[in-house]
Amino acid sequence: MRFNVLEHQLVPEHRLVAEEDADRVLKALKITRDQLPKIRKSDPVIQVLEKIEGPIEEGRIIRVTRVSGTAGVSEAYRLVIGR
Amino acid sequence: MMSSMRGVTKRIQSIKFALLSPDEIRRMSATKIITADTYDDDGFPIDMGLMDSHLGVIEPGLRCKTCGGKVDDCPGHFGHIDLAMPVIHVGYVKDIKKLLQATCRKCGRLLLTRQQAQEYMAEMEQVEELGGDVTEVGYVTKETAREAQKRQRCPHCGEEQGKVTLDKPTTFREDGHKLTPKEVRERLERIPNEDLRVLGMNPEVARPEWMVLTALLVPPVTVRPSITLESGDRSEDDLTHKLVDVLRINQRLRENRDAGAPQLIVEDLWELLQYHVTTYFDNQTSGIPPARHRSGRPLKTLVQRLKGKEGRFRSNLSGKRVNFSARTVISPDPILSINEVGVPVEAARELTVPVHVQAYNSEIVKQWVKRGPAPLGPLGEYAPGVNYVIRPDGRRIRVTDKNAEVVAEAVEIGYTVERQLVDGDIVLFNRQPSLHRMSMMAHEVRVMPHKTFRFNLAVCPPYNADFDGDEMNLHVLQSEEARAEARVLMRVQEHILSPRFGGPVIGGIHDHITGSFLLTYKESKFTREEVTFILSKIDIRDLPPPDIKKGGKEFWSGKALFSAILPKDLSMTFKSSIAPKGDIGLKELKEEDSLVVIKDGVVLSGTIDENGVGAFKGKILDKLARDYGPDAARVFIDKGTKMAIGAIMIRGFTTGIDDEDIPEEAKKQIADSLRTAIEKVEGLVESYKRGELEQMPGRSLEETLEVEAMKILGRARDLAGQIAGKHLGIENSAVIMARSGARGSMLNLSQMAGSIGQQAVRGERLSRGYWNRTLPHFKKGDLGAEAKGFVKSSYKSGLHPTEYFFHAMGGREGLVDTAVRTSRSGYMQRRLINALEDLKVKEDGTVRNTADTIIQFKFGEDGVDPSRSVQGRAVDIDDILQEVLGEEPSWKERLREQEMASYGLTEKDMYVEISEEEVEVEEEEPPSEE
Ligand SMILES: [Mg+2]
Ligand SMILES: [Zn+2]
Ligand SMILES: [Zn+2]
Repeated sequence: MRFNVLEHQLVPEHRLVAEEDADRVLKALKITRDQLPKIRKSDPVIQVLEKIEGPIEEGRIIRVTRVSGTAGVSEAYRLVIGR
Repeated sequence: MMSSMRGVTKRIQSIKFALLSPDEIRRMSATKIITADTYDDDGFPIDMGLMDSHLGVIEPGLRCKTCGGKVDDCPGHFGHIDLAMPVIHVGYVKDIKKLLQATCRKCGRLLLTRQQAQEYMAEMEQVEELGGDVTEVGYVTKETAREAQKRQRCPHCGEEQGKVTLDKPTTFREDGHKLTPKEVRERLERIPNEDLRVLGMNPEVARPEWMVLTALLVPPVTVRPSITLESGDRSEDDLTHKLVDVLRINQRLRENRDAGAPQLIVEDLWELLQYHVTTYFDNQTSGIPPARHRSGRPLKTLVQRLKGKEGRFRSNLSGKRVNFSARTVISPDPILSINEVGVPVEAARELTVPVHVQAYNSEIVKQWVKRGPAPLGPLGEYAPGVNYVIRPDGRRIRVTDKNAEVVAEAVEIGYTVERQLVDGDIVLFNRQPSLHRMSMMAHEVRVMPHKTFRFNLAVCPPYNADFDGDEMNLHVLQSEEARAEARVLMRVQEHILSPRFGGPVIGGIHDHITGSFLLTYKESKFTREEVTFILSKIDIRDLPPPDIKKGGKEFWSGKALFSAILPKDLSMTFKSSIAPKGDIGLKELKEEDSLVVIKDGVVLSGTIDENGVGAFKGKILDKLARDYGPDAARVFIDKGTKMAIGAIMIRGFTTGIDDEDIPEEAKKQIADSLRTAIEKVEGLVESYKRGELEQMPGRSLEETLEVEAMKILGRARDLAGQIAGKHLGIENSAVIMARSGARGSMLNLSQMAGSIGQQAVRGERLSRGYWNRTLPHFKKGDLGAEAKGFVKSSYKSGLHPTEYFFHAMGGREGLVDTAVRTSRSGYMQRRLINALEDLKVKEDGTVRNTADTIIQFKFGEDGVDPSRSVQGRAVDIDDILQEVLGEEPSWKERLREQEMASYGLTEKDMYVEISEEEVEVEEEEPPSEE
């Protein structure tokens, strides 16, 4: 890894959601896991997170917190998928 | 169908493309075609001819010999022609060429070592495994083929390879010697299956020799129906004509070959067969003349049916024609409400609404039917008739004057009657290009004489319509559900506030704004007669009390009149469009009567102009639509525009070139200031040449000169404008239009009265044309103002020849620019729409696709509907503060100003309205385009 993409100005904050919190998140959104937007395991952001959190299996959820022009701060979630 | 709101989504997982093998062609063929004749003398299809009844039926009453179905039941069936000699399929020449070049001429194997082949195979599999799509796999196979083509000697049998070339369209040569299709086919046959896999072909479904045809599939007659002309003659489809050619030559070729005719003759016929089969597929193949009809018209064969704007894809699959629609030229009608549309009687008689006969309406419906298809009212005016009566079994009966009585008697509950349009029917009205949702809105019908669609001018901006020949479409809704939906969601008043910038898109334009200005500016007042005239246009029956008494006479102030149409509790403060620009104090604002203060529905001060009632900027419209609802806003626009028109009619309004007259003294001043500027540039050039010019940081010496010159000349034009402007007061019609925001800008005026200024291409002074100069009228290397595109003259004084030329250069850039910009943004828009069209905002605020997966967790991240927002913001703090604290315009205005600046820009961007800097070419539409 040449550099930490999370430190780039244009990359929003990504955090691994603890497995015990995942269900709470899904329940709040009233959705199932497969309805989440996806992020690949090969995504540079996941690679960085794996350095911090250890291996991240498929099916884990990532919280993306970004600065929003309309809402100030907005939260989104991603489902980790293979490859 | 409506039972589950979630709907059934099915996703296409994959599409497989394959080649038809001769075996498969024969298997799917209902009959072999051997004769070029179509019908016998009695008009019956000849067996094994191109119109064989095994191929389907096109004539009502007859039955298909293959499936036994009648016209509507039989889908049509394919036949086939056995070709005497193989011919190349034009659609595959590229692939054939690739295969011939990549495989051995003798043993047919891929010209790669086993090792190489395995490597490429592995690479392909890896790409596939990584989720690579067809194009990505294609890159690998292309690379494979390229590598194989490089090899001169076969690694398997050691054969020296020839050079295979393609003579367009279908002739292959090896080292200059012609390869017959038969030889090509034999070579392709030799390629082993496993080598094909390396090249990305699946030999199970696509053997390469199938690209050389030995049997030709004949499409069903339903695909190429013959038409019987009025004279009784039959006219065949172009495809049939082409197939006749193929059959004829095929027959002659077979005869000659079997009779052992000379090789040359056989080859000629063979080539002719190739020509006919090629043009049967694509009659625009480059390199060969297109096959023509006897009349000289080129035939429309298979590719022509699919390709292009009129082809199957763009014309029949992406776009469909609909019934119950009309299209005609539009014209303005300020009397109509903004949610009405004037429909010509002729159109109204064709367009119908289905009415279901029920107990409650059966009597009246019978009356309608009885009146026939073109009834008139007691005064000879339009009255709706009935065109068709539909029985419960679906049969349609055309109502004529003759059968009206009889049909009317038969009408009972369960019938449907197609009634012509009446006033108040709801229809959809649309103008292309339909770029946003306001391009298609619901209007209420007003049936009117004459032949154009008419609507209120305030609705021009959302449709981007004008009346220089524009046409629009109208659709009559056919179901209760659709009508209800249109009424709730699509009516014009529901779209006054745009989701694009959270402001009004519907509102006053041009004379509406001029009229409002004349009505309300300063102490404008009106006599009893005038007031009666103005108020007669709107629904105000009682004359308000006169608020000005002068010289024993009673007058009504324009502000009071305008207040009559405002809600009684409306309070707001904003700056008029005529307000002087820049940071100015309250005093100056008030002096110019440009601080609008409305308290409890009364205009206390200020001029109502573009910032009050104009489309895009009207603050009053904005507030009314937001706080009092769409209907109140609609009524306000209707009345406000009519009142403005009343005012402008009383005052009278005209503009002409004499509006730009300025005194001799001013002209001299302008000339002087321009001369000084030009001399300054001269001096600049001098110091540049002497090398004394001080270089700007980050710029070369040349650039410094250019920047400085531009600056000086730009200032000179502004100064000329200012001098001219001093003599153009607010009483000047052109100035009224520019300042009030009705039309034109002060820059336009200063260019007419003062000086046009520097012409530029790509933001730089003109420099190209001749060697080291723009025109031969100047010395080579002249860097002065006049030599590089500065136009001293004004539009009014007229341009010198060189200036005229420079102006054309600058103007052309503007035109090219707009053309490029519109086409580019159009394509961008299309791609965006394709990507987003089936996304939906769900009840919980999430944006989801058809698979119900989330695309955005909250619509727009804040969940705010932009058309309900205040210029994009969820809450209008200013407005709330004013309501709670009372007015405090000075600090408030400043905030507003910033907002205005940002959203004025969005509007300009959207409509490609030319920005102030490049106004020289404003809206000189080429005459050919409407
Ligand atoms: Mg037009
Ligand atoms: Zn059939
Ligand atoms: Zn070989």
